[in-house]
Amino acid sequence: MNANTLDVPGLGAPADTEWETVVGLEVHAELATETKLFSASPNQFGGEPNTHIDPVSLGLPGSLPVLNQKAVELAIRVGLALNCRIQPSVFARKNYFYPDMPKDFQISQYDEPINVEGWLELPSGKRIGVERAHLEEDTGKTVHIGGGGRIHEAGYSLVDYNRAGVPLIEIVGRPELRSAEEARQYVAELRAILVAVGASDGKMEEGSLRVDCNVSVRPAGSDQLGTRCEIKNVNSLRSMGRAIEYEANRQIDLLTSGQPVEQQTRHWNEDDGRTHALRSKEEDYDYRYFPEPDLLPLDPSTKWVEEIRQGLPPLPRDRRLRLAEAAPSVDVDHIGLAVERSMDELAMVAIGGGGSPERVMTHIVHNLADGFGELAAEALADLVQMEEAGELTATQAKKVLGALVDGGGSPREAAQALGFEAMNTGELEALVDKLIADHPEEWTRFCEGDAKLTGFFVGQVMKATQGRADGKAVTQLLNARRG
Amino acid sequence: MGQQRITRAECAHVAALARLELTDEELERFTGQLDELLDHVAEVEALDVGGLAPTMHALPIANVLRPDVVGEVLDRDEVLAGAPLAEDGQFRVPPVLGEAP
Repeated sequence: MNANTLDVPGLGAPADTEWETVVGLEVHAELATETKLFSASPNQFGGEPNTHIDPVSLGLPGSLPVLNQKAVELAIRVGLALNCRIQPSVFARKNYFYPDMPKDFQISQYDEPINVEGWLELPSGKRIGVERAHLEEDTGKTVHIGGGGRIHEAGYSLVDYNRAGVPLIEIVGRPELRSAEEARQYVAELRAILVAVGASDGKMEEGSLRVDCNVSVRPAGSDQLGTRCEIKNVNSLRSMGRAIEYEANRQIDLLTSGQPVEQQTRHWNEDDGRTHALRSKEEDYDYRYFPEPDLLPLDPSTKWVEEIRQGLPPLPRDRRLRLAEAAPSVDVDHIGLAVERSMDELAMVAIGGGGSPERVMTHIVHNLADGFGELAAEALADLVQMEEAGELTATQAKKVLGALVDGGGSPREAAQALGFEAMNTGELEALVDKLIADHPEEWTRFCEGDAKLTGFFVGQVMKATQGRADGKAVTQLLNARRG
Repeated sequence: MGQQRITRAECAHVAALARLELTDEELERFTGQLDELLDHVAEVEALDVGGLAPTMHALPIANVLRPDVVGEVLDRDEVLAGAPLAEDGQFRVPPVLGEAP
């Protein structure tokens, strides 16, 4: 290693070096307001192009921005939920030439952001620092036409300003994540928090939650940060994980072969599973930030901030603890999944209504992956109790659950409608006795301990009842008859 | 005039960021003018303001907010009629190369 490579961690490292991945995430979330950040056009996903526009979102001469109170409130909610300090802030102009902003600048917050110095706790208990969470406006959308849609061959571009001016909160995390899996957990937890406090719908597929990943690598144990690359265009948690892993390996390959990592913005390509540099930048963009003269400083009163704090709903972390307490024997991952799917309240009420925690959680984890639709918590509690009483088999319960999700109502009525009328014990006993009499040979073998014959008798009962009987109850009856 | 505060190259860089095309003669003249402006800024900078809170804005008010209520939008056809080129309800612009900054 020569002198000028000494300060590059890992450059020319031997092939057996153990590497550590370092990830810092910048998450942009569109705030769930009715209108834009600085004007009264609707903040609405989709819609015909250029129908949610006004003089401010088009940057027409003479138009003046006025800050949306709801956007500020939502930003404070996010700041409080991320344990940030809420401070006086100012807006700044970030200057650049690109047709996605007709003003040729974007209004953002720069050196005085609204939320600073917070942290987010991963389900593992590890805390990840949040440097800042600031307000800014979203940009318009450009579509490239011609040249087969490939950007560098584009004939021209079309611009839709419906999204221009939509309020965003940008949450800048510290580079304290150490793997793709931790990054996934961070975004999942952040998304759950944003949804819980009503700040955003958190939909990555609609672009209302966007993640840029700063990835670098260094030999394990090093306290220096390596050169980072910023990965854009990850549209799901899954592609984010893949992109981080690909990028870390790319950098390790470079360093072990003696080549430095170049600081770049790279795009993730879902189809080939790689990151690509769109172009190499010779210098950082020179945004020439300066205070936005058309907006006044923001200095939320302690009283307002406290009111917002009092109004915060329980956060995912507390909800996990609460559900884990109500369902102590259930796997922590399943508890986490219920909260992530916003089904913990449903589970709590169903358990409180007398449903066994294990069965309630089984339905939530395995049978309600697509949401709970019209299902009421009380109905879930009743359903689980019917299962436990042997009135419904597991298979029947799942079908009844499906009917309740689609159309609501009570499980008893739904079971009846599906023809799952519970057999009473007397009816079942009579049937079992008749089968024993009809199949003396099989019965003898069963009594001699041939376990395969259990299946035979249960099968016969199911056939005779068209699946209405509870298999477990039949087995119990058979064992009782054998004595 | 004291030391030179801005070079001709810096002036050219700032002009390029603003997409301004300057002739050699203009570049020379504007570098000199900017230099004089920066001399003036240096005089202000020399003042001891250690005990003063920074002024965030020329107006002594804060927290000017509007309620989150949808208002009128502009008519798209009327807006696009003012654009040099339009297509499919959108603004048509020269090809955009590369990513958004």
